[in-house]
Amino acid sequence: MATTALPAPKSGSAVTVRRILAIIGVGFLVFFAFIEIVPFVLTVANSFKCLPAVQAAPQAFIPLPPFGISCQTETGSVRSATEMTDGIAFNPTTEGYQEVLRQNLGKWFVNTAVFAIWVTVLRLLFDSLAGYALARIKFPGNRLLFFIMLGTMMIPGVVLLIPRFIILKQLGMLNTYQGFILTLAADAFGVFLMKQFFESIPGEIEEAAQVDGASRLTMFFRIVLPMATPALTALAIFSFQGTWNNFMDALIILGGNPDLFNLPLGLALLRGAYGDTLRWHTFLAGSVITTLPLAIIFFVFQRYFVEGVSYSGLKG
Amino acid sequence: MAEMTSATSVQRPVTTMQSKKRSEMLAGYGFVAPAALIFLVFLVIPILFSAYISLTNWNGITPLTSEQPYEYVGFDNYAQLLFREGTRQTDFFKSLKNTVYYVLGVVPTQTILALLLAVVVNQRWLKAKGFFRTAFYFPSITSSVVISLIFMWMFTRGGLVNRAVGALFPDYAFINWLDDPTGVVHSILGLFGVNLRNAGDWATAQFAGMRVWEWISGPSVTMLTIMILNTWTTIGTMMVIYLAALQNIPTHVYEAAYVDGANAWQTFRKITVPLLRPTTFFVVTLGLIGTFQVFDQIFVISSGGPAKTTLTIAYLVYSNGFKNSAMGLAAATAILLFIIIFAFSILQRRIVSERADV
Repeated sequence: MATTALPAPKSGSAVTVRRILAIIGVGFLVFFAFIEIVPFVLTVANSFKCLPAVQAAPQAFIPLPPFGISCQTETGSVRSATEMTDGIAFNPTTEGYQEVLRQNLGKWFVNTAVFAIWVTVLRLLFDSLAGYALARIKFPGNRLLFFIMLGTMMIPGVVLLIPRFIILKQLGMLNTYQGFILTLAADAFGVFLMKQFFESIPGEIEEAAQVDGASRLTMFFRIVLPMATPALTALAIFSFQGTWNNFMDALIILGGNPDLFNLPLGLALLRGAYGDTLRWHTFLAGSVITTLPLAIIFFVFQRYFVEGVSYSGLKG
Repeated sequence: MAEMTSATSVQRPVTTMQSKKRSEMLAGYGFVAPAALIFLVFLVIPILFSAYISLTNWNGITPLTSEQPYEYVGFDNYAQLLFREGTRQTDFFKSLKNTVYYVLGVVPTQTILALLLAVVVNQRWLKAKGFFRTAFYFPSITSSVVISLIFMWMFTRGGLVNRAVGALFPDYAFINWLDDPTGVVHSILGLFGVNLRNAGDWATAQFAGMRVWEWISGPSVTMLTIMILNTWTTIGTMMVIYLAALQNIPTHVYEAAYVDGANAWQTFRKITVPLLRPTTFFVVTLGLIGTFQVFDQIFVISSGGPAKTTLTIAYLVYSNGFKNSAMGLAAATAILLFIIIFAFSILQRRIVSERADV
């Protein structure tokens, strides 16, 4: 199928078959792209509506002035769908956002950022130190350590739920910032990624530096780390994204103290508290706030996201 | 950090082979120490300890420092889950059944869709490749909790999905996606007039805590919704992985096939698919590990309901440990889950390597 750009085709019918296949292929692709994108577009649009309009059909998604309308009409009733939408256009309101911010969302946002930044910084440091030692320094137990780390990669996260709870309880670190951050401060995947990277770069520069008498530590921070920027970027993105979205560990470690919740935990428990009468505009506003920082990072560093995934895929 | 600085303080002029070797060793241990310590404290010790807890009846609440926090019960927790008739056995096998339907539904679907999409995006004549890659990858960076909330909103009874389908097909009766325990296979059998009453004696036969009829239910409508959600989320990652592998296949392979007169299907079947086998192995492994652990979506959307049809093994671990205060039982459940995932990975490795010989 990848041969369309090649020299003179053999027969007319083969060309027709290829054309038809191409049309089917593109149709298939566009259909799925539509399905992947539409929920996000509608989420953003509906986060700016009053509750009745959120479930209305057809779905309005083009914002028109006046902006910032109130969901209370002059008579004190809730603004109905027809009062704020006109076909596919609607007058946006920020009441969903105001409501979710009254639910301590600001605090959770700060927590999430603090967790994500700490975990990312610690992982960059610890994973690259360990990855470098395993790749370059000969010491007894080097290979054994590497295999133990590889082994822990095979253990599914869910299996760690209970063990982590038990140990953090014993250490008195349940419902603390440190408990959550330290648990995630190094990961086998990161060590593996950094080790692979350090093995792929030539060792001559380090040898020269060693002859000049530089210690391993100086060499690591002055020479090796600056060369590792691509791998560090990929690792930073994975760590930040993973920690920002972390729900399961947060539930177990931080679930007992609403002041320490991160955004996913806060939203999930808020959903539980609301029961079945969900105030959708509020939840959609919360969803937008949770997703926005990662979306910005994604669009700025897109290349690294995709390269990182491809890299891990090829290595697997 | 202290042990690392010791490596720097070795005096250069007096360096002999011996002391150099020693400083290398110190540096090695120093560099590995922080990560190794974290693995030891938060991974290795907890896992060993949890294996021990699975042999006790600890409730997870009584402090371990108290007089007698638990009794040693041997393999009783495992026996309750696997052999002894009762709710615990029924719940375990129910969750196993639900999880297996989930895995068998999601993994092949997402793998095949991702492969087909990647093949189309990889076509040389396709414009806006970057756009498609972004569109498909975006859900993978979004929080599972957020996606669950968005799907709940779209799949409520009066929600967008029902309305959209209803607009296309006026006869469509709205499906209660989020609260319908009916098994999909039961529904299909129902179309042929087969139900529990007329199916025959095999259907009421009891096996591992459930009737055979319940075993063959298929995923419930609600579970199917969560399966759609999972597939929707992961296609992007899988597609990007396939795309990278496709771009690594040298063009001359395709040129040779073209010169030999292979048509599009033959090229795909005899060249693309076999050359992608290692990638497929990786993608399927990722899929298996991910789907066997499904938890976040269940927690947010259904909490195991309706009628326990979305109770998965991972959710059972959580609810036994933290809702039913049976931490020993939960630890045993987690270990069984680990063994199951491990067994499936080995089985899959077998299947892939057997196919490779054909």
